[in-house]
Amino acid sequence: MNAEMISEWIAGGFILLGTVLTLLSGVGLIRLPDVYTRSHAASKSTTLGVLFILLGAFMFFWIDEGYFSIRLLLGIFFVFLTAPVAGHIICRAAYRSNVKLADRTVRDDLKKYMKAE
Amino acid sequence: MFEIVLTLALFILTLSILISIYRLFKGPSMPDRVMALDSIGIHLISGVAILSVLFRSHAFLDIILLLGILSFIGTIAFARFIERGVVIERGNDQ
Repeated sequence: MNAEMISEWIAGGFILLGTVLTLLSGVGLIRLPDVYTRSHAASKSTTLGVLFILLGAFMFFWIDEGYFSIRLLLGIFFVFLTAPVAGHIICRAAYRSNVKLADRTVRDDLKKYMKAE
Repeated sequence: MFEIVLTLALFILTLSILISIYRLFKGPSMPDRVMALDSIGIHLISGVAILSVLFRSHAFLDIILLLGILSFIGTIAFARFIERGVVIERGNDQ
C-alpha cells in the first residue's frame, strides 16, 4: 500500500463523514420547530462537518504531496473559533427582537431577567 | 474510485445547500434567514475544500480563509442590524 492509496482512504473517509454530518444539520434545519433549536442544529453539526472536511483535505495534501498547508490549518482554527459565536449572536438577536419560542416549550428562564432590565 | 467518493460528497453537499435555500425562502422570521445564509457560507467553504482535493491543486486554499472571514463579518453585521437597528453606532462626541 503506497502513500497515494493511504492518503486517498484517509481523505475519502474524513470527507464522507463530514458531508454526512452536514446533511444531518440540513435535516435538523427542516424538522426542528423554532429558531433556537434550528440554530442549535445548524451551528454545531455544520461546524463539525466542515472541520472534518478541511481536516481530510489537509491530510490529503500532507500525505500525498508532502505539502503542509498552513492556510488550511488557519481555516480550521478560524471556523472553529467563529461559527459558535455567530450562532450565539443570531440567537441573542432573535430573542431581543421577540421571536416566539415553539409551542411545546416548557419554561423560559431568560424572560424574567429581560423584564428586570 | 476516489473521484466517485468525492463526487458523491459534492452531491450530498449540494443537497444540504438546497435544504438551506429552502429555509432561506420559507423561514418565518428574520434571524432564520440570516442563519440559513451563514449555513450556506460554511457549506461553500467545505465545497471549495472538496473541489481543491478533486483537482489536486492548492491554488484555492486562500478562498477557504476568505469565505470564512467574510461569512462571519456578514453574519455579525446582520445580527447587529436586527438587534439594534444600526450596524455601526455613532460616538458620543458628535
